[in-house]
Amino acid sequence: MNHLLEVNNLEINFKTYGGEVKAVRDVSFHVDKGEVVAIVGESGSGKSVTVQSIMGLIPTPPGVIKGGSIKFQGKELLRASKREMRKVKGSKIGMIFQDPMTSLNPTMIVGKQIAEGLITHQKLSKQEAKKKAIEMIKQVGIPNPEERYNQFPHEFSGGMRQRVMIAIALACNPELLIADEPTTALDVTIQAQVLELMKKLQKDTQTAIILITHDLGVVAETAQRVMVMYGGIMVESATVFDLFENPKHPYTWGLLNSIPNLEGTEKKQLIPIEGSPPDLFSPPKGCPFAPRCKYAMDICLEEMPGDYQIDESHSARCWLNDSRAPKVEMPFTLEKEKTVTVGGESID
Amino acid sequence: MTKNLVEVQSLKKYFKIKSDVTVKSVDDISFYIRKGETFGLVGESGSGKSTLGKTLVGIQAASDGDIIYNGQNIKQLNKEMKRNVNKEMQIIFQDPHASLNPRMRVGDIIAEGIDAYKLFSGKDRTNRIYELLERVGLSPQHAKRYPHEFSGGQRQRIGIARALAVEPKFIVADEPISALDVSIQAQVINLLEDLKVSEDLTYLFIAHDLGMVKHISDRIGVMYLGKMMELSNSDDMFTNPLHPYTQALLSAIPKTNPRDAKRERIVLAGDPPSPTNPPSGCRFRTRCPHAMEVCALQEPQWKEVEKEHWTACHLY
Repeated sequence: MNHLLEVNNLEINFKTYGGEVKAVRDVSFHVDKGEVVAIVGESGSGKSVTVQSIMGLIPTPPGVIKGGSIKFQGKELLRASKREMRKVKGSKIGMIFQDPMTSLNPTMIVGKQIAEGLITHQKLSKQEAKKKAIEMIKQVGIPNPEERYNQFPHEFSGGMRQRVMIAIALACNPELLIADEPTTALDVTIQAQVLELMKKLQKDTQTAIILITHDLGVVAETAQRVMVMYGGIMVESATVFDLFENPKHPYTWGLLNSIPNLEGTEKKQLIPIEGSPPDLFSPPKGCPFAPRCKYAMDICLEEMPGDYQIDESHSARCWLNDSRAPKVEMPFTLEKEKTVTVGGESID
Repeated sequence: MTKNLVEVQSLKKYFKIKSDVTVKSVDDISFYIRKGETFGLVGESGSGKSTLGKTLVGIQAASDGDIIYNGQNIKQLNKEMKRNVNKEMQIIFQDPHASLNPRMRVGDIIAEGIDAYKLFSGKDRTNRIYELLERVGLSPQHAKRYPHEFSGGQRQRIGIARALAVEPKFIVADEPISALDVSIQAQVINLLEDLKVSEDLTYLFIAHDLGMVKHISDRIGVMYLGKMMELSNSDDMFTNPLHPYTQALLSAIPKTNPRDAKRERIVLAGDPPSPTNPPSGCRFRTRCPHAMEVCALQEPQWKEVEKEHWTACHLY
């Protein structure tokens, strides 16, 4: 079967004065037409670098794409010429960034910024592009589109600016939309608006979305499939239901355990993941999560685990899924009644 | 009987930004914080929650109204008594990168309060620094290092150690975890909860992450454009929110259960109005799904609608 986007064994390093940082290590995934895939991970996990490489946004130097392939509609993007990339960027793949203030041009009216892509990619005349741009402004739910067309970014609020970004990204009807933490800079009530809008537009246009976030709530509400990244590797990939109900990687367990429960009135202590994320200058020899993992075995510190296929759509990079490993119960369940509390420190 | 550690009466903090424009960041707010409790304060950007926190600990002077700390009205204290009160009220800031002086060693940062109040000197001072570092989960050899050598979570621990150095009774934690990664947030929250018990502290915990606020707080206040909209104990706030703004705010939190994701939610239309020119009457009325005629004309009264559950809304 042909996937819309297929990333295989991607390796990206950055050369710095301190040495070479291994930002992305052996990452493989795919995105199908019309699907919403979320990538979750903490700062430095490599999630942004992964998607920036799809758009060809990794500055080289200092970035070095060490290997792997990124195929979009069967075409290899890593070896595409600048000219070929230009046809893909903004037209077939759109991107929304975290901070709408720094990603819009402050000296240009927003209408022109939306029309820009239409003129370049769809060869529309200035009048046609303006008409389409006003239509886009309306479509993303900004009132008074004609008036707003002529305003500058500073005249918009944060939520409105992010709507403008969405309008720019979707203007050329892309097949794939990459949203890098689109709601992180926004207040909750505004975040709810923007997420509703993205869901609605996704339904209408059948655009596939890669959503990058660190908020597991946003993932649960929008994505069909989820990939969890840690220390430059993809530790788990599953459908959203499997990830929340039957996660197979201790890092995913840790993430789910460290968010407070909104339901119910009883208070239980949060179970944090002790320690801090790995130093990517010299990542641990084995699994990057092993030094913080409560379940780490000898082999975890020595050898990087393979990608264990749990079922068709679920895989986890953890030695615990090996048939020879001791059986470890997931330290909690979603229903609070059945919560198994793992005493503060460690279990054996 | 529990005593109120901090009482706030009709507190106002206005900022004059132009000769004819005044921002009412905190506008006529009254509430109290009991000794030993964690009071959560939530609100979106621009709601005045941080201004309220900073005014309470005296970083900014109030424009009007009274702050009563431990039975003493701060306004009526003389300089020396005020200094003592200030020592008992400390603050932890949001951004652990901006709130630590990059040119000072961690030990000296922590000891700033100790030096200012001349609490310890020489060997005792060093020992006190070591003790504080250990209390927040760092180690004594960290005292000689500079802030840039630490991760965000560790820096926040340094900020906490600095606040603890003068043995405060009341700590304002101004979004202490919002700059941290999820797995680190829980570490800092657990540390704050442990310290509360061991050091006998009272917290004002300011945040916009409602999940964490619910987790850590005994009671919660919700602010919007400089006004307190609702106040109750934390369970009541989540099971029985009275004010339409609180209802929308709670409904906007993404649920971490994918099977729940299809629920109907209240999505507020529009953006919060500018704080320089808030709407007449109730400040929330421009976005409120229940707005009535009276909402534009009259400011709703702050009243106790249910036991220990206050709100300012014409619906009640």
